[in-house]
Amino acid sequence: MAGIPHDHYEPKTGGEKWLHSRLPIVGLLYDTIMIPTPKNLNWMWVWGIILTFCLVLQIATGVVLVMHYTPHVDLAFASIEHIMRNVNGGHFIRYLHMNGASLFFVAVYAHIFRGLYYGSYKAPREVTWIIGMLIYLCMMGTAFMGYVLPWGQMSFWGATVITGLFGAIPFIGEPIQTWLLGGPAVDNATLNRFFSLHYLLPMVIAALVALHIWAFHTTGNNNPTGVEVRRGSKAEAEKDTVPFWPYYVIKDLLALAVILAIFFAIVGFMPNYLGHPDNYIEANPLATPAHIVPEWYFLPFYAILRAFTSDVWLVQLASFVTGGIIDAKFFGVLAMFGAIIVMALAPWLDTSSVRSGRYRPMFKWWFWLLVIDFFALMWLGAMPAEEPYASFSLIASAYWFAYFLVILPLLGVIEKPLAQPDTIEADFDAHYPPKDEAKGAGAATPAE
Amino acid sequence: MFKKLTLAALVAFGLAGGAHAAGGEAHVEDFKFSFEGPFGTWDQNQLQRGLKVYTEICSACHGLQYVPLRDLEKLGYSEEQVIAYAANFEVFDPELDDFRTAKPTDHFPANTAAGAPDLSLMAKARAGFHGPYGLGINQMFKGMGGAEYIASLLTGYTGEEKTEAGATLYENHAFPGGWISMAPPLYGEDTEFDDGHSNSLHHISADVAAFLMWTAEPKMMQRQQAGFVGVFFLVVLSVLLYLVNKRLWAPIKRKPTA
Repeated sequence: MAGIPHDHYEPKTGGEKWLHSRLPIVGLLYDTIMIPTPKNLNWMWVWGIILTFCLVLQIATGVVLVMHYTPHVDLAFASIEHIMRNVNGGHFIRYLHMNGASLFFVAVYAHIFRGLYYGSYKAPREVTWIIGMLIYLCMMGTAFMGYVLPWGQMSFWGATVITGLFGAIPFIGEPIQTWLLGGPAVDNATLNRFFSLHYLLPMVIAALVALHIWAFHTTGNNNPTGVEVRRGSKAEAEKDTVPFWPYYVIKDLLALAVILAIFFAIVGFMPNYLGHPDNYIEANPLATPAHIVPEWYFLPFYAILRAFTSDVWLVQLASFVTGGIIDAKFFGVLAMFGAIIVMALAPWLDTSSVRSGRYRPMFKWWFWLLVIDFFALMWLGAMPAEEPYASFSLIASAYWFAYFLVILPLLGVIEKPLAQPDTIEADFDAHYPPKDEAKGAGAATPAE
Repeated sequence: MFKKLTLAALVAFGLAGGAHAAGGEAHVEDFKFSFEGPFGTWDQNQLQRGLKVYTEICSACHGLQYVPLRDLEKLGYSEEQVIAYAANFEVFDPELDDFRTAKPTDHFPANTAAGAPDLSLMAKARAGFHGPYGLGINQMFKGMGGAEYIASLLTGYTGEEKTEAGATLYENHAFPGGWISMAPPLYGEDTEFDDGHSNSLHHISADVAAFLMWTAEPKMMQRQQAGFVGVFFLVVLSVLLYLVNKRLWAPIKRKPTA
């Protein structure tokens, strides 16, 4: 499967040969698990396994929850309480599922920013990146619809606000919104279709994950230097890589165990910390909560959605040019989806020939500013829509777009990159000097 | 470099999470409850006192529709006591198409007579201590504060009232906006406890708040225990995996294998 030369599975016994000539599934699994992996990967490369684990955790706990949940506006909230009080271990399974969504998003954001820093999105890994973005979109859809199912106040009003975004599309918006909701407002039909899709989308995610893995197993992993594995011969490739099993399986399991220890502490001791108290009040279409706030993982994009109000000159210009078709609300919706689209287009917007941010002195600063910008947007998304938060949101949103649309294209032209190591082996040896040099050099510096 | 990012992410993650719980700028007092913290436990006597306060006072207007009466056995009551307690309530039975005396298998009845909210989940539907700048950091250490909010509300009346659009509102420090439509339900010495425990306003408010935390999260102790077992075994597993990983990579990293 991989372009990096390595040993392939050879069926030995009669039974193995029989199966291999009919369905080479053992060979496929062998090649997948034994893929040559750059030996200089740092701890930011563990998130993929964490994410795979999250998907399995969410599906496993979700399947059990479905056995006890009732998707009906009059019964959903009570059925959650049934799970919390009467189902054996139900309270813990539900809290695992609730907080599992948060762990999923912590991991996906770390994974995405890893990719942005080390240029993992650049050729030849654009397809991996695009599939990853599709997974991220599916995750957002799944998480949003899952949050509606307990039928609490925030479920109901969150669903009302978010489906209302589609209503902002000119001309066809309202029919689309009605079609999505299954009626004029969020009601039983909405709950039922969200329940159905909340069960379907994870299967789509699982399929996309398989494609994601297939894609990067074809190109090989990126690594902190951004320098490609040498592929001239098997011997050459082996100097740059180690097999995924056992080296990275054990390392990833270590990271998983540490992260799960923190995760279990949150589930066991503060399971409602990341939730909203209002969602323990049953949905009431007649009472709007004081603040409608989405879950933390949507906040950065929620802040971008709200940033473009009708007093922003850009919004006024868009409205004037299009004869009022693009109003502030629709502009906000475009900005929110645009924020993800520009990220997905990063492979083509980044003009630098150097992959890793490690060798890009100017890029580094802009990248860390983007990270700060992301957290600032997250905070602003939770704040009320008033000054000074509105102005801050606009500035932070502007930087998000500027990073992808202006800074990435320009940096490739004006930046003078630092010297990159010739090979992965050279980078690794710099951290872990070969025996004869090690004596003089003292203690080896650990990898970043 | 990414260590910094991870740290920043953890902090910001905490901040953004806590921000959710931010609501009004009301004053919530920090009551000390026995169930707080990872090793906290219910004070069974307090929960029984809280049940008494609920039964004699709160239940006049508020229901507990999600709480099964049989769960009261978890508060240390015998089966007979729970049967006798359940007999205080009338519930509607759709099979009889009529009201009948409640049994332990029934839930506490809902009570919508006065338009008062159901209290089953109130301790989780409210929060106290909204950290600095809406960041919610202190909730990480002090907990969500639902029980504190309830106790603060019950003790937060100033005695001021006003009439607005035909409704009487009562001034309350803990209530967002400062004016609540519930008349002060407790004044202190509203009930007597068999064990002679203090029935001051502060104490009975804390007792009923603790009881409502139990109705909202009856499995809290099981949850904390499961969390503790999970964390313990994962830490052990982490140590073992750390050692395996170190040894596995030693030849690759040209370090001595101990």
